[in-house]
Amino acid sequence: MTEYTERLLSESPRKHAGSRLRTIWLLIVPLVAILFEVYVPRFVPFLAYLELPLLVTVHFALSRGGPISAVFYGTAIGLAQDSLSHQPLGMYGIVKALVGYFAASVSMRFDVENPVVTFVLSFFFYFFHQFFYWVLARALLGEAVLFDAQQTLIFGLLNAAVALPLFRILDKLKGAS
Amino acid sequence: MDFFLSRYRNLTVLLVVISAQLVLIAYQVKSNNSVPLIRVWAVTAVTPVEQGLEVVRRYTWGFVEDYFVLLGVRSANEKLRQENGQLKIENAYLKSELGTADRAKALSLFQAQSPSKTVAARIIGNGTGANSKVVFVDRGSTSGVESGMAVVTPEGIVGKVVDAYPTASLVMLITDPTFGAGVVSQRNRVHGTLRGQGHAECIVDFVQNEERVDLGEWFYTSGDDRIFPRGFPVGQVTAVRNGKTFKEIYVTPSAMQGGIEEVLVVINGVHQEIPDSEAASPGYKILAPPPSAVTQAPQETVQPAALTTDADRLREIYKAAGDAQHHVYGEGVPGSRPPDFTKVPGLRGAAPPPQTRPPVPASPGTAPSTPGGPTEAGTAKPPAPGAAPVSQPRAKAQTDKAPQPKPAPRPTSPILVTDPTDADPASDAAPPPSAKPGKPANTPASPPSNQ
Repeated sequence: MTEYTERLLSESPRKHAGSRLRTIWLLIVPLVAILFEVYVPRFVPFLAYLELPLLVTVHFALSRGGPISAVFYGTAIGLAQDSLSHQPLGMYGIVKALVGYFAASVSMRFDVENPVVTFVLSFFFYFFHQFFYWVLARALLGEAVLFDAQQTLIFGLLNAAVALPLFRILDKLKGAS
Repeated sequence: MDFFLSRYRNLTVLLVVISAQLVLIAYQVKSNNSVPLIRVWAVTAVTPVEQGLEVVRRYTWGFVEDYFVLLGVRSANEKLRQENGQLKIENAYLKSELGTADRAKALSLFQAQSPSKTVAARIIGNGTGANSKVVFVDRGSTSGVESGMAVVTPEGIVGKVVDAYPTASLVMLITDPTFGAGVVSQRNRVHGTLRGQGHAECIVDFVQNEERVDLGEWFYTSGDDRIFPRGFPVGQVTAVRNGKTFKEIYVTPSAMQGGIEEVLVVINGVHQEIPDSEAASPGYKILAPPPSAVTQAPQETVQPAALTTDADRLREIYKAAGDAQHHVYGEGVPGSRPPDFTKVPGLRGAAPPPQTRPPVPASPGTAPSTPGGPTEAGTAKPPAPGAAPVSQPRAKAQTDKAPQPKPAPRPTSPILVTDPTDADPASDAAPPPSAKPGKPANTPASPPSNQ
């Protein structure tokens, strides 16, 4: 096992700093992310590809490390998103609960401070999120929606690219709080 | 069991949370009823912030935007002045047309105006959802908005209210994949169901392949869905092709072009008539081509206004000449004997120029009448040179019979000039130019009497 892989598999410093996250940030950050999603694309349609609530969920799960708290956090954000859509409540809730669980599980094994790991995880979870939402929409609601894999891959890369600076900002906020 | 729960505590919690949400979804889908409390909380938490952001944006960004807009206001003003002048002319024309319209027509025009009761609303945010196209408007149940109400703009339908909250409403746009509305085509009255696709174009489904839908045809709401009143424009057909069972008709929604900011929520809809095709034209009137458009061609070709009549007449005269000589046009080998066109009055004007030149100055009375005169209408009529050859034979013929210079034929007379020396039966059908029916007699009317 090389030094690099040892470092990757070591425990994350984020987990130790996670306790410093204040409750207020737990509420404000998702709210801002949801507001961004519903408001900004009206004027900058190009930014509609950004799934900030998902990135916030992933960041929380990677930072806290606890799967249970990540599940509840993802569920809460997902339900808030569901409330602002015309879909039944729970669609985003389920998907984001799964994302939170798996992200928290992954954070126990990898050094999520590494930018490459962060990029890959963000990309993977975006694709997983979109794909699983599509599966649920078809399976539970019977909607004949299309899944554009190519577009999802591109958007996944863009979201992963945004995730890198976003996670740094959130880390700084967390540290400041 | 305790060991299992403690060993797989995380997984158990995950399964419990997911199961609970699955039950929640199942309840909503089965009862077709949402859980309003959570939605009200979320909307009440988000929409006031959105409204605040919108106000801030309007007064800050709007101010900056106005400044840049004012920079180009001078040129825009000049352009608007010109446009205003054109509109004034158009307005005067339309007023005069309206004045000439009969009363019943005007009444039906006014009756065509929809009396639907609407309430104006502003879009304040988008909804969430991977493929869904929903927006929030700043009017809610306190303004009388209810679920299922139609949302329109003057350009066409926008969507329908799917949820009404006290301060805001959720509107599903017609581009949403789950949207559906009854529509009917304007020209052929083909009924179908409009469905969104998640992007700019919609599709009209359930139209049989045998039905006829034209490209560019407009679709209007049919009123069958009990949501949209009949007669609201939907969009224009951009592509049509036959499918397996139903046609694939793609429609570009007219209301969604250029973005939407303000909409009308139809509180009390009233069905309207679907306008005729002419009324659905893009807002300007295209006049029929002027009847004398062909006369704008070069002058040497024909005489204005009398072109068709004279050509037909000439054709008839040729035909009569052919019949009289038992000649069938189009038969005979090249070089065979053609009909004797000298029997056809008027064509002798095509005689060689050397003979024609001298008489022109000798008959000054005919000279003024020939330019632009009708005698050349059947032949090519160059302005000055062509006039001489045609006038010459007539002058020659007239000098044979009557030495005095004769007045020129009237300007509106046809191409043909009757040679009194020719006693052709065909020419009997065509009286002399001055005596032709329907032509006002003027000075040239005298030649026959002179003869």
